[in-house]
Amino acid sequence: MRRTALAPAVVVTLLLFLAPMAVIVAYSFLSRGAYGGVEPPWTLENYTRFWDPLYGAILLRTFWMAAVSTALCLLLGFPLALFISRAGERRTLYLHLVMLPFWTSFLIRTYAWMFLLRDTGLINTVLMGLHLIKEPLPLLYNPTAVVVGLVYGYLPFMVLPLYASLEKLDKSLLEAALDLGARPLDVLFRVTIPLCMPGIRAGSVLVFIPCLGAYLTPDLLGGGKSIMIGNLVQNQFTTARDWPFGAAVSLALMALVMVFMLVLLRRDNEEFP
Amino acid sequence: MTPILHIENLSKRFQTHQAVDSISISIPRGSFFGLVGPSGCGKTTTLRLIAGFEEPDSGTMALEGKTINHLKPFERNVSTVFQSYALFPHLTVQANVEFGLRRKGMTDVARRTREVLELVHLTGKESRYPAQLSGGEKQRVALARSLVTEPAVLLLDEPLSALDPNLREQVRVELKALQRRVGTTFLFITHDREEALSMSDSLAVMNHGKIEQFGSPQEIYLKPRTKFVAAFLGAVNWIGGIGVRPEAMKIATTGLPATVLQTVFLGDCIHVIARSAAGEEILARLSRFEDVPAAGAQVHFTWSPADELRCEA
Repeated sequence: MRRTALAPAVVVTLLLFLAPMAVIVAYSFLSRGAYGGVEPPWTLENYTRFWDPLYGAILLRTFWMAAVSTALCLLLGFPLALFISRAGERRTLYLHLVMLPFWTSFLIRTYAWMFLLRDTGLINTVLMGLHLIKEPLPLLYNPTAVVVGLVYGYLPFMVLPLYASLEKLDKSLLEAALDLGARPLDVLFRVTIPLCMPGIRAGSVLVFIPCLGAYLTPDLLGGGKSIMIGNLVQNQFTTARDWPFGAAVSLALMALVMVFMLVLLRRDNEEFP
Repeated sequence: MTPILHIENLSKRFQTHQAVDSISISIPRGSFFGLVGPSGCGKTTTLRLIAGFEEPDSGTMALEGKTINHLKPFERNVSTVFQSYALFPHLTVQANVEFGLRRKGMTDVARRTREVLELVHLTGKESRYPAQLSGGEKQRVALARSLVTEPAVLLLDEPLSALDPNLREQVRVELKALQRRVGTTFLFITHDREEALSMSDSLAVMNHGKIEQFGSPQEIYLKPRTKFVAAFLGAVNWIGGIGVRPEAMKIATTGLPATVLQTVFLGDCIHVIARSAAGEEILARLSRFEDVPAAGAQVHFTWSPADELRCEA
């Protein structure tokens, strides 16, 4: 009975998850077709190409941008989550405001950022109108713009788990710390933050991993100049017409993400008893 | 001698609820002071006002002769043992105890920690985490963590309520012995009359945000000022407006006539439930060495005039 009930889920998983996965794995060991697609013979060349320093640089940049974005999300998200968790009756309202951007397409919101940041955009127009600057500031099409876009896009994924762990924090622990002579900043660093580590880790995973695979934000806000690993995959399947290499890169990205997940999940189990 | 903690006309209101209504208490140095009352009587708010977690609307609190109203919790020389103990779950026993010492910049951290853990019999458990301790051990860590900072007054919020009932009586004795040994002034709150009577050197009974009576346990039990105090600290028979405790009731050949409704054997004593001719229910607590009347028997109750409780309203 139970097995029969599980059957649809098994079929869906096999068809929609494992089968495409198998196709990608197979492609990554085949040779490039002249007009896209794949051809025999089988080869390992798609993987050995990783040793080209060009891809190493892209990988490093991807990690660096994802790490900076995650750190900024944490820095901005923690005070926000703390504020919301202490907002009393207004908490629900603020949480809805945090989630509000999800009601609009991510693509449209990224275009909105382009409108803000471009040379003739809102920020430059206002600053020039006020005669604070003579030339428009180069706000768009650079790594900073990409990080701004990533932080903007993934901040809610940081705030929500942080809020959840701050919310269930026993208030008497904070009072006990004050009672034992800890000043508010001491309470924050010695009690609140250590006890929020599960939320900090969860939020960091939820931000860092999608940042690693981001391609829309670097494509639109980075202007193709600061490409990340996601753009590399995209390019192989489009302009470069090198599907086998694209498949290999996306599998390598997946392997990296899994390594990160394993490390972070193991840390979760090591939580104090 | 000046009291270590003196509270005068202290009031605190939450929206429409007057939690603490102009109370005044003086707590003698080195005493074990009980603040007792039913839930919602304002005792917890009083403790939180003294600790600094709530701000009073009016009134003053003076610790060792100095007003502490304006001081933050981390500036007050009092320490709280929380009802839930509030041990830091991410720190070991050792680090929990050291927490206050380090925050207050005290010297000899290692020696003080070792000594206080010895005092509460927790030597050898330094590297345990709170989740690895029993309820009684957690309570002793909480006590040690507070005592080690040498507070002028130790505040205990329902210190026995989180413990296993079988353990409470033993911990009552231990807590009292500990207080005598360290000499620190203990102020504890409880809603349990037995705890209040057995542990306090002096106690205050609170009701509706006010102190109804203040005195030694004997005074309060034997000479309650109000009917509320009399009934809160133990069962009372009200006979024509005069109170008599069940254990003061004797069965005799003359006296108040009554019909026995039921007798209840409790092991160490026997409860006789009867109804007087005037229709008042009477509870008498007899020793099991006395003759116990059967249900339906006609009896007479007497008591010594010294055992009569004369209360206002």
